[in-house]
Amino acid sequence: MYQYDTIDKAMLEDRAAEFRGQVARRLAGEITEDQFKPIRLMNGLYLQLHAYMLRVAIPYGTLNPTQLRKLAWIARTYDKGYGHFTTRTNLQFHWIKLADTPEILDQLASVDLHAIQTSGNCIRNVTSDPYAGATAEELDDPRVWAEAMRQWSTFHPEFSFLPRKFKIAITAAPKDRTAAKVHDIGLVLRRARDGALGFEVMVGGGLGRTPYVGPTIREFLPANRLFSYLEAILRVYNRHGRRDNAFKARIKILVAALGKEEFARQVEAEWAKIGDSTDLPDTELARIRGAFAPKSFETLPARSEAFETAKAADPAFARFVRNNVKPHKKPGYAIVDVSLKAIGDTPGDASAEQMEVVADLAERYGQGDVRVTHEQNLVLPHVKLDDLPVVHAALAAAGLATPNINLISDIIACPGLDYCALANARAIPIAQHIAEKFRDQERAERVGELKIKISGCINACGHHHVGHIGILGVDKKGEEFYQLTLGGSGAEDATVGQILGPALPYDRVADAVDTLVDVYLRERQGDERFLDTFRRTGTAPFKEAVYADVH
Amino acid sequence: MPTYIRIEDGRARLAEDAFSHVADDIADLETGGVILSLARFEAEGDRLISEGRRVGVRLASDEQVEALAYDLPRISLVALDFPKFRDGRAYTNARLLRERLGFKGEVRAVGDVLREQAGFMLRVGFDAFEPADGSNAQEWDAALRRYRHVYQRAADGRAPAFAERER
Ligand code: SF4
Repeated sequence: MYQYDTIDKAMLEDRAAEFRGQVARRLAGEITEDQFKPIRLMNGLYLQLHAYMLRVAIPYGTLNPTQLRKLAWIARTYDKGYGHFTTRTNLQFHWIKLADTPEILDQLASVDLHAIQTSGNCIRNVTSDPYAGATAEELDDPRVWAEAMRQWSTFHPEFSFLPRKFKIAITAAPKDRTAAKVHDIGLVLRRARDGALGFEVMVGGGLGRTPYVGPTIREFLPANRLFSYLEAILRVYNRHGRRDNAFKARIKILVAALGKEEFARQVEAEWAKIGDSTDLPDTELARIRGAFAPKSFETLPARSEAFETAKAADPAFARFVRNNVKPHKKPGYAIVDVSLKAIGDTPGDASAEQMEVVADLAERYGQGDVRVTHEQNLVLPHVKLDDLPVVHAALAAAGLATPNINLISDIIACPGLDYCALANARAIPIAQHIAEKFRDQERAERVGELKIKISGCINACGHHHVGHIGILGVDKKGEEFYQLTLGGSGAEDATVGQILGPALPYDRVADAVDTLVDVYLRERQGDERFLDTFRRTGTAPFKEAVYADVH
Repeated sequence: MPTYIRIEDGRARLAEDAFSHVADDIADLETGGVILSLARFEAEGDRLISEGRRVGVRLASDEQVEALAYDLPRISLVALDFPKFRDGRAYTNARLLRERLGFKGEVRAVGDVLREQAGFMLRVGFDAFEPADGSNAQEWDAALRRYRHVYQRAADGRAPAFAERER
């Protein structure tokens, strides 16, 4: 893992000191809430329905045990004993007092964490593959590039006041776990025929009011030219993105308005003028790469007797392995998905105690590495097969071993009306009702991969457009209604879902999902996933069943 | 008169402004340097400069510095407007003025100019400021030297972290 050096640490200390002064000015009444708002927003501090919310950045979703323990300590000391992992792989504390925030930022800085650029119209935390460095699928370690982008984007003097927020995702595996195609920029590592490393560059994907799958504007960008090319994209956007209407200000609107060819042409023209003056030197890339060099993996047999014995003896463990354990690039190791989707709990929430359990396990059995996924779960990327039974037992004791990764109860939900001032409707209880319906793991496994994503309003923080089943909260004369979309995907086969029909009232949503699943089980052929069946049949059978039910 | 802060010898200082902003509809120009809109500069700039006047140009945030490319040698200063602090187009304009067009004269931040933006502005090449938040030169000086390090190359020539690390 990348270790912050004195320079990286000094950046965080200086930021924390600056914010301390700004909060003091606000608390002393020298500035009004209106004047303070842009300042606090530059530090990830939002005013929500009930309290301040502090959004802590978890750069490319990577944490070490010390950091996770500090987050647990903050949750216990300054919040109500838990935190919420978001679809941006950040952590939100929802019950924060303004006067505590300078101390919290100092505490975060002491373990190389911060809230920089977790809000505002700037380049946000980069999303990367939570299996980076552990999966055999990847061409290169995307964290190397994500860390380089973290540094490049931090306090970027030209691009900190863009027309709108800006999100970048990077992946190096054919199976996309970052939703790269619905980011402002999606980068996918590729190899040219001569073996050279580069990126496919997609620009202008996004969700919100007008969802788009980002078109590719360059099939192959030589890897060492990444930063000049990013500058060219950002500069074209900074100059030409709309600033008259916040809903039309994302880069996707500019790309759609110009057309991808014209947008690409403008970027290439600007890139030619920039030259390579802003590219990162190979020496710095090598330094960062060194920090992510493979851990000291032991040479182990591919088969672990302890693991096989436990699997044969304990059906619960076997079920966990089927759903939450993925192959590792090294024999004798595995990737473990830690579910934050216990049935009946809030998706993405983790208590201080749970964070500490994961931190301890990472330290003892996981090479000190923890990841956060954009699907609001955690990952222990390097666990020995031999250790899996004890790791499973410890996770299960902490309520973290729900064997439901990628299953119907592994639901993404935004905070919705329970916290968010922009919400039309609640998202969390809808997720809870659906999960309850599929509490029977046997049935959930029979249903197989099914991604449900719920947003409390059209801002789409819950990524509903790209859910296999998407659920969007809408307001109908002051009542909570929910629009269902089907067939979305945020993965390498990215698609925006289709609206099923008229919105449903709050208490019909979970039943409707149940009906959709029944239709799928009836219609499916062979080992089709829900998504495959839907793509084959279209909305008709689903629509008929759901609305027959309603009438 | 707005507060006018200049960077001199690396420090932000309160300074005497030798220029006045001239609105497009004012016929009589005061003596001394004038700052004109791009439209008025295009109409009257040649004449004023030939009369020996020092002329600056104020660019709105939707105007691009490339429009001034051929006039820069004759222009004393370029004022870049922030209609709202959130409108970041002037950062690109400033950086291109310095890095691409090689402008050595004053680049002044005008409009909704807040001390919170000081560090960013300095890095892209601004060297003069008319703050809109009542802040003074001491506060600007502190804001400008808040961060001991930077991560990127920009127009100020500061060595970024990756260059510092090589030393
Ligand atoms: S989708 Fe809407 S309700 Fe949900 S967190 Fe985002 S803004 Fe709030």
